Amino acid sequence: MTRRRWLALGVVVVAALAAVPRVASTDSVLNFLFLVLLSITLAQSWNIVAGYAGQVNLGHAAFFGLGALTTRALWIAGTPVLLAMGAGALVATAFALVIGAAAFRLRGAYFAIGTLALGEILRITAGNVLPEISTLPAATIARYRLADRYYLALALAVVTLGVVATLARSRAGLGMQAIREDEEAAEASGVNALGLKLLALALSTALAGLAGGLFAYYHISYYPSHPFGPHWTFDALLITFIGGVGTLHGPVLGAIFYVFLKEYLAVRWVDFHLLIFGALFIAIVLLLPGGLVEAARHVRALGGRKAS
Amino acid sequence: MTAFVQQMVLGLLIGGLYGLAAAGLSLVFGVLKVLNVAHGQLIMLGGYGAFWLFALAGFDPFASLVLVVPGALAFGAVLYWALFGWVVRATEEARVKNSLLIGFGLALALDALAVRLWTADERSITTTYAGAVVSVGGIAIPLVRLASLVLAGALIGGVHLLLTRTRWGRAVRATAEDWEAALMTGIDIRRAYLLAFAIGTALAGAAGTLVSVGYSVSPSIGLEWTLKALVVVVLAGLGSMPGTFVGGLVLGLAEALAAWGFGGPYREMVGLVLFFVVLVARPHGLFAR
Repeated sequence: MTRRRWLALGVVVVAALAAVPRVASTDSVLNFLFLVLLSITLAQSWNIVAGYAGQVNLGHAAFFGLGALTTRALWIAGTPVLLAMGAGALVATAFALVIGAAAFRLRGAYFAIGTLALGEILRITAGNVLPEISTLPAATIARYRLADRYYLALALAVVTLGVVATLARSRAGLGMQAIREDEEAAEASGVNALGLKLLALALSTALAGLAGGLFAYYHISYYPSHPFGPHWTFDALLITFIGGVGTLHGPVLGAIFYVFLKEYLAVRWVDFHLLIFGALFIAIVLLLPGGLVEAARHVRALGGRKAS
Repeated sequence: MTAFVQQMVLGLLIGGLYGLAAAGLSLVFGVLKVLNVAHGQLIMLGGYGAFWLFALAGFDPFASLVLVVPGALAFGAVLYWALFGWVVRATEEARVKNSLLIGFGLALALDALAVRLWTADERSITTTYAGAVVSVGGIAIPLVRLASLVLAGALIGGVHLLLTRTRWGRAVRATAEDWEAALMTGIDIRRAYLLAFAIGTALAGAAGTLVSVGYSVSPSIGLEWTLKALVVVVLAGLGSMPGTFVGGLVLGLAEALAAWGFGGPYREMVGLVLFFVVLVARPHGLFAR
C-alpha cells in the first residue's frame, strides 16, 4: 500500500474507534480497547529506543511509573488532567536525560542490565516511600466517565504513532537507525551518536510518561509502586518484538494480538498468556526476527507468486 | 553491638549463596559471551527440585544435591542444544543481544510454568534440624545456613579446580580468553561452550537447593536472584571463581549494613545502587583489563 492509502486507512480506523463509545452497550468493550490503545502507546514508545536506536532499555517501567506518580499527585490536588500528564512526561524525560548521560556510556548488554537495575531501584523506592494504596476521592469517583479515558487513550495512541512515523522518515530517525546497525560506522560518517540516543530516549520517555499519566487517570485505585513494576517493560518488549521491532505497524499488531490473547486466556488461566508469549517470543528471536510484520510479508510474497 | 554482629553474620551467610548464584552466570557469560537473564529462574527450578524431592520422597535437601546437580547439568545441556547453542553462532555483539532476549523469553515462560505447575505459594524445606543454631559469644548461627555457606564455597572451589587443573577445564578457559585462538590450537570450542553452559546450570541448581533449605522458593524469585547474580558478577568481574565467591560475600555484607543503617526495606537497594554506580564508572566490570 502507498503512504496515502495507509493514512486513509488510519483515518477510517480512528473514526470508527471514536464512534465506539456511542454504540458500545457495555463497558467491557471500552476497557478492552483502552488496554489495546495504552499498550500501543507504551510499546511504541519503547520501540523508539530499542527498534530505531537499537538500545534495549529494560528499565522502561521507571518512566511509565514516574509519569503515573506525578500525574496522579497533581491531578488529585486539582490540576487539570492534561496539564498533570504534561508534567508527568516532563518529570520522566528530565530523569531520563540525567540518567541517560550516564547509562549511554554502557553498551549492549551492560546498557540493558544497567537500566533493569535502575527500574528496580525506582520500584523499590516507590514502594518504600509510598506503601499505601492510592484511591481516588469519592467525589472524583462519582464523576468518573470511562469514555473520557478512552478518548484520551485514543488521542495519545494517535499522537504516538504520528511521532514515530515522523521520526522514522526524518534525518534524526535515519541517524538512529544507522546507530542501531553499527554505532562506530555511524559516528565515522558524522552521526552524533550520543546526541541522537539521548533524543530517542527523551522522546521515548516523554511518551512513556504520558502513558503512565493515562494509567493514573484511568485506575480508581492502585499501589503507587505498581506502575514501576518490571512487567510494564516486559509487556512493551514482548509486544514490540512479536509485532515487529523497528517498524511503525508492528507494535500496533503486537498490542492487538497480545491484549486479545491475554484477556481471552485470563478468563480461564491467570498468567497463562506469559507462557505462550514467552515461547512465541523465543521462537521469533530465533527464527523470525521481523515478527508478525515479517511473517505477513512472507505470506503476501507467497500469495503474489501464486497469483502471477 | 551483638545485634550488629548478628546482622553481619547473617549477611555473610546469605552472601555465600549470592556467590554461588553468580558463579554459574559468570562462567556462562565469561565463556560463551552470552548473558542468560533466566539464570535466576534456573535457580528457582533447582529449588523446586529439592523441595519436591523432600516433600514427596522425603529426601534430605543436602543429600538431594546428588540428584539435583546432575539433573540441572542435563537440563543445561538441553537448554544449550535447544536455545543458546544457536546464539553463539552469531557475531559477538548480536550474540549478547539475542541471548538477552532469549533468556528473557525463557524467564517469562518458566515463571508462568512454575505458577501453573506449583502455584504461587512460597515454599521452603523444614527438616528436623532446621531450627538448630550454634551459639558463639551470644551470636546465633543457624546451622543449615552455615552448612550452605560451606557447601557453596566447596562447590565453587570444585569448579575452580575443574577449570584450572583438568584438560577440559583448560579448554574452557582458553575458549573464554580467545575463542579464535582456541579454535586454531585444535580445541573443540562447541564442546567447551556446552560444558560451560551445563556447569553454569548445575551451579544454579545447587544454589536453588540451598535457597530452598535456608530460605524459600516461589515462582517469582527468578528476577530477584538474576539481579543478585548480576550485581556480584559486575562487582567481581569475570574470570575468577574465588573472586566471584568473595564478591557474593561482599554483597551479603553490604546488604546487611544497609538494612542495619536504613532499615529492612533498603536491603535490596544497596546492591542495585552499587551495581549501577560500578557499571557506569567501569562499564566493563571492576576488574576488566
